[in-house]
Amino acid sequence: MELKTTYLAKHVRDLKPSGIRKFFDATAGMKDVISLGVGEPDFVTPWNVREAAILSLEDGYTSYTANAGLPELREEIAKYMERDFCVTYHPESEITVTVGASEAIDIALRAILDPGDEVLVVEPCFVSYAPLVTLAGGVPVIVQALKENDFKVRAWQLENAVTERTKAIMICSPNNPTGAMLSKAEMGKIADVVKKHDLLVLSDEIYAELVYDELYTSFAAIEGMREHTILVSGFSKDLAMTGWRLGFVCAPAEITEGMLKIHQYAIMCASTMAQHAGIEGLKNGRTDVAEMRKSYRQRRNFIVRSLNEMGLACHNPEGAFYTFPSIESTGLNSEQFAKKLLQAERVVVVPGDAFGSVGEGYVRCSYATSMAQLQEAMTRIRRFMENL
Amino acid sequence: MKLTATEIEIAEILEKDARLTNEDLAKMTNLSIDQTSAIVKKLEEENVIVRYVSLVDWTKIDGHQGVTAMIDVKVTPKRDVGFNNVAERIYRHREVKSVYLMSGTYDLSVVVEGQSVNEVAHFVSQKLSTIDGVISTTTHFVLKKYKHDGTVYNQDDKDNRIVVSP
Repeated sequence: MELKTTYLAKHVRDLKPSGIRKFFDATAGMKDVISLGVGEPDFVTPWNVREAAILSLEDGYTSYTANAGLPELREEIAKYMERDFCVTYHPESEITVTVGASEAIDIALRAILDPGDEVLVVEPCFVSYAPLVTLAGGVPVIVQALKENDFKVRAWQLENAVTERTKAIMICSPNNPTGAMLSKAEMGKIADVVKKHDLLVLSDEIYAELVYDELYTSFAAIEGMREHTILVSGFSKDLAMTGWRLGFVCAPAEITEGMLKIHQYAIMCASTMAQHAGIEGLKNGRTDVAEMRKSYRQRRNFIVRSLNEMGLACHNPEGAFYTFPSIESTGLNSEQFAKKLLQAERVVVVPGDAFGSVGEGYVRCSYATSMAQLQEAMTRIRRFMENL
Repeated sequence: MKLTATEIEIAEILEKDARLTNEDLAKMTNLSIDQTSAIVKKLEEENVIVRYVSLVDWTKIDGHQGVTAMIDVKVTPKRDVGFNNVAERIYRHREVKSVYLMSGTYDLSVVVEGQSVNEVAHFVSQKLSTIDGVISTTTHFVLKKYKHDGTVYNQDDKDNRIVVSP
């Protein structure tokens, strides 16, 4: 009998590996590297939050929790969402604690998609969106946020992409990789499209706390949108808890019930000690979040002006901790620029096309790194630009 | 004195790192260099920024002698001037690094630095306890500095993050 050439499923074989992975490998073994390629805070989780996890271990909380998460944590999430974002979710039927926002996105897509259903994926975006739609049996339909609009998608673009099969729109604002945040007015127009076609918004609000100039508006807080929104968030970015893998998803009861089925079969529950840490983070971590926000804001201002001064034009990102400068003036493409910069000056940036083809001609620079490192990185990039 | 949010922010930034240039400050606060220079000048002139200093870990330096003592001082307050006169007579001494008026079981907390235990002992017995109004002193020698002014000494600043992540 002839052996199979591969055991892998076709749709998995067809998945493109992440462009970021490739770049990570290139830095292996290099010394004195400054990385602006990191998509996570440079802060360590606040001590009181870490201590809460330690105490929970000491107290012997090492078993499973309820599938949806510790009741106390869900109650704290409900209070927090109401207090900070003016959206009301019932802790028992509308909130699920997940293994990071990534799992939340996965179970949301799997819960709502029938085979062939289309999801509008706004690019540039986090690398997992389109692949997760595919893995859930859906069809990702790419809508490109345009550079002339500072990478903020417009409602008419979404309207034009809607078909009979469209089920949902995936949006991340403030955005990874561009840092762009949709205005409340534009969100209202997008909400109209969603309601008109009876769609869902899968709103990735993981950066909601890291907003620097204006107030943040959640999609679920827009009139009539609560029933059309699956709100994904988590603890990774604002409380510097990436490694804990703790997120949550809020959605109307019917959708939550569907997601919970998948979550209970695939995951059981999020890590118990992480959940205990999360409770402390919501109860007593807000001062730390405010401190970190202030620090990010200063660094954003610093890097944006520095990059613009050296000829790498970049818009002012309203949130998250990324800048997305254009490298057009160098005549290089994104990957060439990133490679040359790494070789010449040992500074890591991520090619913009890793986040969708519309990101070609741009690179993502994270400013979640210390001021001293940022200053040195700017000196090196300036020298790189002068020697081009 | 009422300061604007930006003026306060610049004071906060400089408190953490006084070596940032006006140009860096301007970028961080999104102002022009002239504007930041003016704010820094104002903060200096108004004595909001009192002095720029470095945090030095002297234990790193071979052969560097030195001890720090924290002394609890009980004082009889005087009519009209309270504790101020005694505090002044204490802080005028070169060896005295800080003096605070405290709530609780004693009145003044005095931080003294000297070359040796003997030197500090000499200061306490000959200078401090003889000041008119000082009732008693309790001297505590510092054995090790773990954290000072918000900075952890010997902190491992290693970045544990992977170099590239989505």
